[in-house]
Amino acid sequence: MSRLSDANVSIAKEIIGRYPRPKSALIPLLHLAQEQHGWVSNESMSHIAELVGVTPAEVYGTASFYEMFKFHPVGRYCIDVCTNISCQLLGAWELLEHAERRLGVRAGSTTDDGMFTLEDVECIAACTEAPAIEVNYRYRYRVTPDDFDALIDKLTAGRLGDEVPRFGTLARVRQRTTDRWSGAGTTAQAEVDAR
Amino acid sequence: MSEVPSFHVAGLVPTGPKIITSRFDVEDGYTYDGYVRTGGYQALRTALGKTPQQVHEEVRTSEMQGRGGAGFPTGTKWGFLPPNVFPRYLVVNGDESEPGTYKDRLLMELDPHQLIEGIVISCYAFEAVQAFLYVRGEMALAQERLARALNDAYANDIVGTNVLGHDFSVDVTLTWGAGAYIVGEETALIESLEGERGMPRLKPPYFPAAKGLYMQPTIVNNVETLANVPWIVTESGQAFHDIGAPTSTGMRMFAVSGHVERPGVFEVPNGTTTFRMLFEAPEYGGGVRGGRSVKAFIPGGASAMWFYPEHLDLPLDKPTVDKAGSMLGSGAIVVMDDTTDMVAACWRIVRFFARESCGKCTPCREGTTWLERILKRILDGHGRAEDLDTLMAVSESISPGIAWPPRQTTICPLGPSAVSPIASAVGRFRDEFEHYIDHGRPIDGVARHPIPGPSTEPAHA
Ligand SMILES: Cc1cc2nc3c(=O)[nH]c(=O)nc-3n(C[C@H](O)[C@H](O)[C@H](O)COP(=O)(O)O)c2cc1C
Ligand code: SF4
Ligand code: FES
Repeated sequence: MSRLSDANVSIAKEIIGRYPRPKSALIPLLHLAQEQHGWVSNESMSHIAELVGVTPAEVYGTASFYEMFKFHPVGRYCIDVCTNISCQLLGAWELLEHAERRLGVRAGSTTDDGMFTLEDVECIAACTEAPAIEVNYRYRYRVTPDDFDALIDKLTAGRLGDEVPRFGTLARVRQRTTDRWSGAGTTAQAEVDAR
Repeated sequence: MSEVPSFHVAGLVPTGPKIITSRFDVEDGYTYDGYVRTGGYQALRTALGKTPQQVHEEVRTSEMQGRGGAGFPTGTKWGFLPPNVFPRYLVVNGDESEPGTYKDRLLMELDPHQLIEGIVISCYAFEAVQAFLYVRGEMALAQERLARALNDAYANDIVGTNVLGHDFSVDVTLTWGAGAYIVGEETALIESLEGERGMPRLKPPYFPAAKGLYMQPTIVNNVETLANVPWIVTESGQAFHDIGAPTSTGMRMFAVSGHVERPGVFEVPNGTTTFRMLFEAPEYGGGVRGGRSVKAFIPGGASAMWFYPEHLDLPLDKPTVDKAGSMLGSGAIVVMDDTTDMVAACWRIVRFFARESCGKCTPCREGTTWLERILKRILDGHGRAEDLDTLMAVSESISPGIAWPPRQTTICPLGPSAVSPIASAVGRFRDEFEHYIDHGRPIDGVARHPIPGPSTEPAHA
């Protein structure tokens, strides 16, 4: 039930085809699974293992190294507050404290209604726009407590649907493999591998 | 809350051409049409009219230093590829995550075609058949813009079979990470690209140029580095070399964050602009916040040793900054004014390294964790008299001699990077640490942050 859908299996195969070795597609495929279900389950990792030709343990071994993959359901919106140095200097902890109060959860947890997960994260490359946050990896800059409240209100009312997709969806534009794809790298590597 | 970043593009004190930020204020500069209308993909035509060796020679002449952190000359790096070993790959490092660093994301979001043009030209110059563009996972907009740009580039004969009708073919695969700072280290990036945990490789082999992706010759370059390549091809390597200082050529992007009136990302002449100009000039930082003074600043990302007011007049020149005991690193400058709590600043940076250690080697995995816990208990008011000595002893075991450039007992430079903030803050502001230990609170006049209390047992270091 939490295997990849047929449509996503076709996308997965296209992605695998862009790498000289199938295992290189692991991270993109894990993102695809997370996009479909909102998190990464054992079943979807087994399915990815089949598609790539490795064991499920290898898939989990890789996946568990990376912060963005969630192995249990999280909120529809994941709010990441950067508290690293540039943001700390400009009020990130004050903002995080406000966020915890507003959402009624500590950083690292999810609200009871499953709407919001709050995280205290490392630098997100927006240091000149401190304090900076991301909602499902979409940026908000120079956020005041009032801005934060307005954001939560809008998300709760479903008024940012277009701009901020549900957790798990990253880029909504995918690279396509066209007939101009040369395949030279893949072919040349296959020759090296065969030696 | 603003949704548009307030980057400012250089124009004054001192001036230089906009090399890589020229389309930042072009509304549709990120689209194929906008790019072509503003001169885009002309450099690729020029490059394809030359031999690969000639293009490589232009880059060598420019003496451009890599913008990813280590500052290694790009033309020289390309020259390390062993002759006649194929296939060769290009891996583009778009993992930008060194605290304070903010420029690669702008280049990917606002001018993705410029990066693609730089990638295709570079692959031509060193005969790579495929490039992997590895974008940090948390950057959804950059991934979207690059995916669309690549689809358009393929459709317009820029990438793929027979680029612009020439007999050169190359593929660019957009790929992306999933949250791990260490993946920015080039061998960890390669591991990640092979579908593994992102852990740095043991050396030798010393350079990915010899044995990199799938143990094939591989060039790893930073996004900003490659974004400069089209200009070098159009205007010549010598023209690039003529900008800035002979020891740090070209224009360079610097992010100035922290306590300045106008934090921003500026493209300025490398090697000649000084820190003071960046902080004080109205077109850049606009002065320290609230008319206060600089207590310390980080010149090149969280891994760098800190600088103090006496360093303000140093130029942004690699050998000068190296000699003064730090590095320009990834162009990440963080300004701390005289209200900054140095113990809190030190702890926050060390916590970063403790969280991001990949765990492969003991001095880094254990050492950074101990350092973080000791600093946190000092901050929480439970510091002990021997804590400063313990901090130095643990630092010593990660980076013997606690010197600059750091020596290391670890596989990669992440471990020693955690020592930089400690050596800097304890070295210069020892009295502030002692005050915390004696009184359980900071010295008067510094700002306190509501940092959550102890979440773990005190360290048994
Ligand atoms: C811990 C660590 C993190 C790094 N992170 C990055 C990064 O995020 N982006 C980057 O381009 N280089 C990073 N580097 C440097 C890369 O290893 C490599 O030197 C660089 O990408 C080479 O590109 P350049 O020659 O164009 O500068 C990091 C290095 C270390 C040791
Ligand atoms: S120094 Fe740290 S990050 Fe680098 S390999 Fe060792 S444990 Fe990993
Ligand atoms: S320190 Fe917060 S975005 Fe870089």
